[in-house]
Amino acid sequence: MRYLRFGYVTAPILGALWLFVIATTVAVAMSFATGAAFRPSVTFSVVLGALLGLAALHLQSARLSAAVAVLGLAASLAVGLAPVVVGEGVGLTARAITALAVGLGTGLPLARVLDEMPTGALTRHEFEGAVLKFLMGFGYIFFTALVVIPFYVMVMTSLKNQSELIQNPLDFSVDLSQGWGLFRSYVELIRDFRFGEYLWTSFYISVLTVFITLAFAIPGAYAVARLRFRGRAAFSRSILLIYMVPMIVLALPIYIAFSMTGLRNSIAGIVMIYPVTTIPVALYMLQGYFRGLPAEIEEAGLMDGLSRLRVIWLITLPLSLPALASVSLYVFMIAWNEFLLAFMLLDDPSKFTLTRGIASLNSSEIPRQHLMAGSVIATLPIMAIFLGLERFMTKGLTAGSVKG
Amino acid sequence: MSEMTPPTGSGPLARREARLAWSLLAPTLFAVAAVVILPLLAVFWISFKPVALADLRPPAPVVREDLRGRPEAAGDEGTLRYRLRNSSQDQVIGNVVLTDTWTEGLTVQELDPRCTLEGTAFRCDFGDWEGGFRETLEIPVIVEQGYFDNGVEVDETPVSITGAAQSVLTSGEFTLENFAAIFDGGEFWSVLWVTLFYTVFGTVGALVTGLFAAMLLNHSFAGQGLLRGLFLFPYVAPVIAVAFAWLLLLDPFSGSLNALLVQMGVTDQPINFFGQRPLALITVTSFEIWRYFPLSFLFILARMQSIDTDMYEAADMDGASPFQKFWYLSLPMLLGILSVLFLLRFIWTFNKFDDIFLLTGGNAGTRTLTVNVYEQAFALSNIGAGAAVAVVIFGCLLIFSAVFFKFISREEGL
Repeated sequence: MRYLRFGYVTAPILGALWLFVIATTVAVAMSFATGAAFRPSVTFSVVLGALLGLAALHLQSARLSAAVAVLGLAASLAVGLAPVVVGEGVGLTARAITALAVGLGTGLPLARVLDEMPTGALTRHEFEGAVLKFLMGFGYIFFTALVVIPFYVMVMTSLKNQSELIQNPLDFSVDLSQGWGLFRSYVELIRDFRFGEYLWTSFYISVLTVFITLAFAIPGAYAVARLRFRGRAAFSRSILLIYMVPMIVLALPIYIAFSMTGLRNSIAGIVMIYPVTTIPVALYMLQGYFRGLPAEIEEAGLMDGLSRLRVIWLITLPLSLPALASVSLYVFMIAWNEFLLAFMLLDDPSKFTLTRGIASLNSSEIPRQHLMAGSVIATLPIMAIFLGLERFMTKGLTAGSVKG
Repeated sequence: MSEMTPPTGSGPLARREARLAWSLLAPTLFAVAAVVILPLLAVFWISFKPVALADLRPPAPVVREDLRGRPEAAGDEGTLRYRLRNSSQDQVIGNVVLTDTWTEGLTVQELDPRCTLEGTAFRCDFGDWEGGFRETLEIPVIVEQGYFDNGVEVDETPVSITGAAQSVLTSGEFTLENFAAIFDGGEFWSVLWVTLFYTVFGTVGALVTGLFAAMLLNHSFAGQGLLRGLFLFPYVAPVIAVAFAWLLLLDPFSGSLNALLVQMGVTDQPINFFGQRPLALITVTSFEIWRYFPLSFLFILARMQSIDTDMYEAADMDGASPFQKFWYLSLPMLLGILSVLFLLRFIWTFNKFDDIFLLTGGNAGTRTLTVNVYEQAFALSNIGAGAAVAVVIFGCLLIFSAVFFKFISREEGL
C-alpha cells in the first residue's frame, strides 16, 4: 500500500482505470445509440490511460489535459490502436464523436482527480482524496447508466417495430423521417386496445382512492396525535403492524369474498379495496405531522369557543396543507402503480386499469413495442407528477417510511 | 380536616375527549377490520379446509325451459320441457323448488306429481338432488288461440329455481392436508431458502447501494437535484412497466444486454438471465436491489444532510483522511437509520410478490413464499394450500414484528 502512494504510481493507475471506465461507457452508449459494433479494449485503455494519467499529473490543468486526451485518442483511433475498438462500416462522424467523447470524458475528470497531487510521495490525505474522487466519478456514471438504461430501452423499443428489433436488438436509432408514424404503437394501443379508457379508469380510481383515504385518515390521525384516550399507544403500534401484512395474504380471501358477492370484476370493488391498503400509511404519515404542529394554536381556537371538529377544519387542516399534498401524492402513486389486486380482481377488458391492461398485452401474439408503449403510457403521468411536485413527493416518500 | 388528594380516575372532560377520539377512529377501525382482520381470520379458516378453486362457486340447480313440437295453430299439441341439472358433480343440493309463470293459452294434459299449477303459477318441489343429477321434465300441453294472441314465447317468462346447497367453505369439515401438502418433500425448504436468500441479499444490497448513492449526492453541485430525481425513478415507476423493460433488456434471444455482451466479447453465447438456476434468483434479487435502492438512498441522504458539519471540520483539523471520516464519523451517525431501514425493508422484501411474479412467475428456482401462495391457490387451484402458505408467512411475520418492535422502540421512541 505504501508503494502505491507516490504521484508517479497513483496517477498512471487511476488514469488507466478511468480510461477503461470511460471507454466502456462510450462503447455502450454508442452501441445503444447506433447499433453498430463498438467495444472497449483493455490493453489499449490501460496503456493509453497510464500515459494520460502521467500527462495530466504534469500539466495540472483541466483544459490542457482534455486537449491532450482528445488529440491523443483521435490519433490512436486513426492508427487503429484505440481504447474503443470500432467495427467495420462505422461512419466518420460516429468515429469522431467516439474520439471526442472518450477524450473529453477522460481528460477533464482525470485532471480534476489529479490536481494538487504532487509527483513524489503522497500523504494519506492526498492519496485517499484522489481515490475518492475517482470512485465518485465512477459512481456517477455507474448509477446513471443503471437507472437510465431500462427506461431508455422502454421508450426506444416502443418507437420501433418487431422485425427491426429482432434483426439487431442493439439498434435503438429511430428513423425521424417517418414523423408522426413513429408513434404508431401508441395510436394502435389507444385505438385498438382501449388504452385511452384504461388511462381514464386508472386516473379516476386513483383520485377516488386519494379522497377516500384522506376522509378516513385525517380524523383518525388527529385522534391518535392529539386526543388522549386509553389504548392510544397500542393503536399507534398496531397501525404499523397492519402496514406489514403482505397483500398476497389478504388478496386470497378478498378474491374469494368478491367472487361470492359479485364484486369481482367491478370498479366499485377496486375502489373499496384500494383505500384500505393506503389508510394505514396515510394515517401514520399524517399523525406524525399533526404531532409536530403547535398545540397552542388549537387550544386558542378551543378557548374561543370552536368545537374540536371546527378546530380541525379551520386550524389544523389549513396548517397541514403541505403534508396533505405529500400524502395525497404518495397515495396516488400507490393506487396508480397497484398491480396485484387489479390483476386478480379484474377480468373484463372494459374495466381494466392501466397496469392490468399492460399485463393483458403480455402475450406472444402482441408485438413487444406495444407492451413497451403501454409501459410508457403508465410511467409517463406518474413521472410527470413526480418531477413537477418533487418536493412534496420526496417528503411523502420519506414520511411514508419504507413501504413498497 | 380531611386530607386533600388529587382526583383519581377520569373526569367528564377526559371521558368526552376519549369518546371523540373513538368516534374519529371508528371509520378507520371499521374499514381495517373489514379488509384486514376479517380476511386474516378467513385465511386461518380456509387453511384448514379442503377448498379448490372450483368450490368457490357453490353448487346450484340449473334449469332451461322450452316448448317443443312446433305448434302452429290453435289446438296443436306441444311439449313444455324443463331440462334440469345439478351444477356440481359431487355435492348434494337440498330442497330444490322450481317456480315459473306460464303464458296464457296453454292447457295442461298431464302434470308431473311433484308439480302444481294454480292459474298461471307453476311450482314443483323436487326434494334433494344428488351430485351429477340430471332430468328432463316434460309436460304435454295443448296450445290454444290465446297463446298465439299474446305472442309471448314460453322462455320469455322468467323461470326460477332455488335450492339449499352447502358450500365447503361454511361446512364443518376440517383437514390438515393443506399443511401436510405444503410441508411435503423438500419443496417447502427450497422455497424457504429462496425466500431467505432473496430477502437478505435484496435488503442488504439495496441498503449498501443506497448508501453509495447517498454519498455521491451528499455534495452540492450543479445538477444535484436532477440526479436525485433520476435516482428515484426506479421506485416511482409502476412495477409492471419496469419489470417488462428488464425482461426485454435481458431476453436471451433478442435482448439488448445479451447482444451487447456478445459484441463486447464478454460471453460467447447469450445468457438466459431469467431461465436458469441459480442465475434467475440472482437476477431477480438484482432487480429488487435496483428497484428499492432509491428508498434507502432517500432516507440515508436525509440523515447525512442533517449531520452537523462542525464535526467534519474538527476531524479535518486533526488530519483525518476522507476514508477515516467516513468510517469513524459518518457511519456511526448513520447506524440508527441503517438498522431501522434494514428491519423495515427486511419485512417488506419478505412480503414482496409482484416483482418475482412478473419477472419469472416463480420458475427457475425463484419461487418465494409469497409466490407460492399464488402458485398453490391459482396455478394448482388449491385454495386451501395457498391459505396454508399464507398462514406460514403470517407466522414468520409475527416473529419479525416482535424483533422489529423490540429494536425500533429503542431507535425511534415509538
